[in-house]
Amino acid sequence: MVNNVTSYSGNGLRDWLLQRVSAYVLGFYLVFLLCVYFLNPSIDYALWHSLFANIWVKLFTVLALLSLLVHTWIGIWTVITDYVKVTGIRLLKEAIVMLALLTYLVWALVILWSM
Amino acid sequence: MNKPQPVNLQLTSMKFPATAIISILHRASGVILFFLIPFILWALAVSLKSAAGFQQLHAFLTTPVMKFILWGSLSALVYHFVAGLRHLLMDFGFAEGKQSGKVSAVITMSIAVIIIAVLGVLIW
Repeated sequence: MVNNVTSYSGNGLRDWLLQRVSAYVLGFYLVFLLCVYFLNPSIDYALWHSLFANIWVKLFTVLALLSLLVHTWIGIWTVITDYVKVTGIRLLKEAIVMLALLTYLVWALVILWSM
Repeated sequence: MNKPQPVNLQLTSMKFPATAIISILHRASGVILFFLIPFILWALAVSLKSAAGFQQLHAFLTTPVMKFILWGSLSALVYHFVAGLRHLLMDFGFAEGKQSGKVSAVITMSIAVIIIAVLGVLIW
């Protein structure tokens, strides 16, 4: 049960549920991007820029980014706890992954609000 | 107690069931996608910054080597998405049996292969 300290929500069932909720958000976001592509196969900069300048697209993107953080953390945590048996190394890898994901989130927010 | 141990390690006689292959590839594609995140964010930043950046990224991603890497990356995404849909269907009680699970694994793989092939056509 010691592993639960590092799991995303500290509760297996809640992690399971969050993995589903975040999967739906990411799935819908992917379908949304696919629709954009199929409606505008020869997408240019003006359209691409105006797409992400739209506040609703921005909000959907932020929602997808938060889901990506949760989804990736739970997924990679599961993989690491399966294969990395040495506690110190496991904690180190988990910390690196979590810090990387947080950095990506902040980076993505900066990208969206400095375009 | 010193009975000879049975030696039956004929590796070629062992094979993973379709459900196991589907599962490990879902995991592998997820790990690949995690490592792709910084590259995707970099591409997003460059493409949104300026029209020149958008053009440069387009030129970069349409070189033969990058087309192949792009196809591989999108394949991981498509596979992870389709295999994930199978999990969501199982949440609703579909394909939870041994046989139906095998069938859904084969269907999942077929759908993924078809979409990945279509992606290849779209990219080249």
